[in-house]
Amino acid sequence: MSDHEHHDPGFIRKYVFSVDHKVIGIQYTVTSLLFLLFGFGLMMIMRAQLAYPQGDFSFLERIFGEAGFVGGAMLPEFYNQLGAMHGTIMVFLGVVPLAVGGFGNYVMPLQIGAPDMAFPKLNMASYWVYLPGGLIMLSSFFVEGGAAQYGWTAYPPLANTQPEYLGQTLWLVGMVFLITSSLLGSVNFIVTIVQLRVKGLSFFRLPFFVWAQFITSFLLLLAFPPLEAAGVMQLMDRVAGTSFFMPDGLVIGGRPANVAGGGNPLLWQHLFWFLAHPEVYVLILPALGIVGEVIANNTRKPLWGYRSLVYSVIFLGFMSFIVWAHHMFMTGMGQTLSIFFQTTTMIISIPSVIILTALILSLWGGSIRFNVPMLFALSFLPMFGIGGLTGLPLGLAASDIQLHDTYYVIGHFHFVVAPGTLMALFAGIYYWYPKATGRMMNEMLGKLHWIGTLVFLNGVFIPMFVQGLAGVSRRLYDQTWYEHGKEVQNWTVASSWSAWLLGIAQIPFILNFFLSLRAGKKVGENPWHATTLEWAAPSPPPHGNFTSEPVVYRGPYEYSVPGDSEDYSPQFVQKA
Amino acid sequence: MSAPVIRYIDEPHPVTGVTNGKFGLWLFLASEVMLFGALFSSYILLRVGAKSWPDGWERLNVPLATANTVVLITSSVTMVMAWVGCKLNDLGKFRFYMGITVALSFVFLVIKTIEYKPKFEHYQVYFYDGATIPGYEELTTITGHLEEDDFEKDYIVFAPDKKQPSQTLPDAEGHGDHDHAEGDHDDHGHGHYADPIQINRYDIKRLTNFGPAHSNFYAIYFTMTGLHGLHVIGGIVVNLYFLLFGAGMFRSNIAQFSNRIECAGLYWHFVDLVWIFLFPSIYLL
Amino acid sequence: MDFTLLDGLMPKDISTHGYQIDRLLEYLHWFMLLIFIGWAIFLTYTLVKFRARQGHKASYDEIKAKPSKYAEIFVVAFELVLLVGLAVPTFAYVRTDFPGKDKNPVEIRVVAEQFQWNMHYPGEDGVFGKTRPDLVASDNLVGLDLSDPAAGDDFVVPTMHVPVDRPVVLQLSSKDVIHSFFIPVMRVKQDVIPGMSIPMWFEATETGEYQIACAQLCGNNHFRMSAQFYVDTEKDYAAFLAENAPGGDDEEEEEEEEDE
Repeated sequence: MSDHEHHDPGFIRKYVFSVDHKVIGIQYTVTSLLFLLFGFGLMMIMRAQLAYPQGDFSFLERIFGEAGFVGGAMLPEFYNQLGAMHGTIMVFLGVVPLAVGGFGNYVMPLQIGAPDMAFPKLNMASYWVYLPGGLIMLSSFFVEGGAAQYGWTAYPPLANTQPEYLGQTLWLVGMVFLITSSLLGSVNFIVTIVQLRVKGLSFFRLPFFVWAQFITSFLLLLAFPPLEAAGVMQLMDRVAGTSFFMPDGLVIGGRPANVAGGGNPLLWQHLFWFLAHPEVYVLILPALGIVGEVIANNTRKPLWGYRSLVYSVIFLGFMSFIVWAHHMFMTGMGQTLSIFFQTTTMIISIPSVIILTALILSLWGGSIRFNVPMLFALSFLPMFGIGGLTGLPLGLAASDIQLHDTYYVIGHFHFVVAPGTLMALFAGIYYWYPKATGRMMNEMLGKLHWIGTLVFLNGVFIPMFVQGLAGVSRRLYDQTWYEHGKEVQNWTVASSWSAWLLGIAQIPFILNFFLSLRAGKKVGENPWHATTLEWAAPSPPPHGNFTSEPVVYRGPYEYSVPGDSEDYSPQFVQKA
Repeated sequence: MSAPVIRYIDEPHPVTGVTNGKFGLWLFLASEVMLFGALFSSYILLRVGAKSWPDGWERLNVPLATANTVVLITSSVTMVMAWVGCKLNDLGKFRFYMGITVALSFVFLVIKTIEYKPKFEHYQVYFYDGATIPGYEELTTITGHLEEDDFEKDYIVFAPDKKQPSQTLPDAEGHGDHDHAEGDHDDHGHGHYADPIQINRYDIKRLTNFGPAHSNFYAIYFTMTGLHGLHVIGGIVVNLYFLLFGAGMFRSNIAQFSNRIECAGLYWHFVDLVWIFLFPSIYLL
Repeated sequence: MDFTLLDGLMPKDISTHGYQIDRLLEYLHWFMLLIFIGWAIFLTYTLVKFRARQGHKASYDEIKAKPSKYAEIFVVAFELVLLVGLAVPTFAYVRTDFPGKDKNPVEIRVVAEQFQWNMHYPGEDGVFGKTRPDLVASDNLVGLDLSDPAAGDDFVVPTMHVPVDRPVVLQLSSKDVIHSFFIPVMRVKQDVIPGMSIPMWFEATETGEYQIACAQLCGNNHFRMSAQFYVDTEKDYAAFLAENAPGGDDEEEEEEEEDE
């Protein structure tokens, strides 16, 4: 693959169709940040409808036109489109590509001392399949009937009911693209980690982040194909008129459905959640990896219980394949099955508790630096804790009776992925930005970004627990239709205002991200005085990464080793 | 700025014992197993949950499928021979066997097309209970050839098969639409059709060809064999590439080239293996 | 039992089984609060005590964390007790312990459609008439087959009336897409899945007017797929039945009542 050794590969080869894992990582990062911003924008529009259900949104109508609004009022179908696309974009186009495609691509090969991924061209293909997939999804806003509007879970038969609208079909096609992209990526990641580790870097000397990416890749590799199968079947239902998910005797809109029948709506749910539960861990594991790196670096001491962290992550990955039906307790599942899935769900909470405990215990005895990445990493801990704990009542079928499909669920998983994972991803951006650009991000703006984000994220999601306990169903265009919804409408308003302020709180980050490219303080190879291999390379690393191939002499987090003159002993430095 | 050197592209890793490419391919196959595994499980679930399920051998063309099985297994053998050609550094032998492999893959697709086509041209009409067609009073469903389907008109012209499926009694719930039509595999000459009749649209509950929309049996059949067919096409693309443009690398780096052929072979055996599962479970069970 | 943590946050409970669910939720939230406060105290203390400052150095050795072991064991034990002791029996009770004929349960078929709930009462004979999907029409919402003798006294209304202190058994089915039958005050929720008929039971302890909600996204007007839910005294319930019996007062009155 090394047959073109030109002096200048040209702009297109260097920045657009690049095979360099770092360029691809940055492409992924920037694209997914844009998608995150877009998905967040959709949510801010939804929050307007939620807070002021009878409100006059003429100003939005001027932007979006008649497709979504009539006389200043938002249409329910437009609201549903925003909801479905918000979920899809945040999960499949935002967080996963950022956590795996962005950070994984950029940092992982550096951390194992590899010059690049095992299959650079495949890596490029992965990005160039992801981007069209995302664009296909977005394009669905402009077709007749609008974008997909059946929730990000796309449950049939509802998702099959309007085959004349292209939106859901485009959603499925986009999904196939994204699945292909993540398949290419995950194969590449696993092969790279197994085959290309540098000399001396045994599995138990791998940084925790690499372990997290390793397990994540297995989840992507094995959990996505069933969704692909389900997607193909739903596509057949919509396009070819089959009835995989359409049972006998359907009467839709007062007319018998013209389909063969005999299908099973629950089949979709099983296939979907067989993916979507491991998907949760795809969102979480890289975040845990980042937090581990940042905490070890800023406490100046080794991570507590490195091995138990690794074993917990492996166990978590395995267990995540056998808990999926806890999303389906309310579908009339039998006792045996529900007991099985409740038990596995309780079991999977154990490694999560161990990981969180280990990360918190790592702080004890450290010398803690409160820089921006560390502030984000530290706030991840309690936020992820809330997200995890509120999963307990949902994981037990009996308490799930009251809380299933209410705002409590929304609060729960957002605490895991928004104040949880997103906090960690921000920590990662602040932490590795100097490596990628050679310049530091501004500390002041960073702290402003941190405090605003932390406060307003909680402001958005804590009200949801109150709404959920009050029994307000999710995905309601107007919760004041219900008495119990009216009673907690104030909380909805508070949540909406927090969301809009959260938007404002991101401005310092956006400024910081771009201004620091020019104005940031220039740094050398290892500004954080860190121990892992990526800090052996120049900042930013050239194509091929290392000026000379590093060799690994010790574990990943050898900070404050007794008798050492410095408080860090990098993996790549030989000492007496 | 030189391109980085990536290890273990043509020599195996000392610990894992495989090259990057082969390792990646095995991972890819693992994910393919999950894909087809999900489809097979869906098939089982739908079939177990169905009120009735037709017998594959009555509905589908078993002789053609058997022929295709032979074609595919043979192509797997020739694929191995092509790899042997690489190992022996014999370009002629490689080209000969790879050529046969690609040719056989095309034969597979042609047979598949012959198998698919009549199903899209053969129709079934379901009537509302109580509808009668002169000469076919006893039927609630009728199979045959759609002569004319003009949306301007309030009737269709339909040439029924001479051999009609036996009468099915609607059950009390009104789910009498489970047909027991016999196979459409053997006879499609016009000699087998009766004279065309006119059927009023308002008598028709449902009109469908024997395509995927006909019933879940055909839906599964077309989806799974279709997806398998796509995999065959993928294999053709890869193998054709090696056949037409592989000579350069064959001469310059035979070790890496035979690794690639080995990987393509692994993929091809997997495609073969999927068919070995599909054939009995859809056509014979 | 004195519910203090979630009191006021949850809707009132008017079911016979609801206390079991509320109790479980109460314990769970106390447990969550306890753990969270524990973490928070430890975190705050650690961050202050081990902040980077002049003369302070990190220690290489990791702490022997016996307390964390105990905490983890406590978490596991607590989850196990909740699972085996409360969650599983409660769920089994709610989902499988249907009231026997001796309890004289009220039986109602609930047929969901976009975007309304149809309550199909069996009438005096207590037997549901047969239904067929191809008979569904705007004046026959559940597709009742009037040729069936049992169908003659059946009636379908858009609101649900049940008597107080008497078990109710529902048969839930859907004509089109997946809905979810949810009465917050009754602590019941069940997905309604087309192609399936799923039974469910509850018993009300207090009269009053409440709401049935749809908890599963079912289309554009999902948000207003509610229905009024009345828990009547036996006398009022009998009056409701008499009023709606076919041949008696017509059903339109009922629909007007719903519009209020």
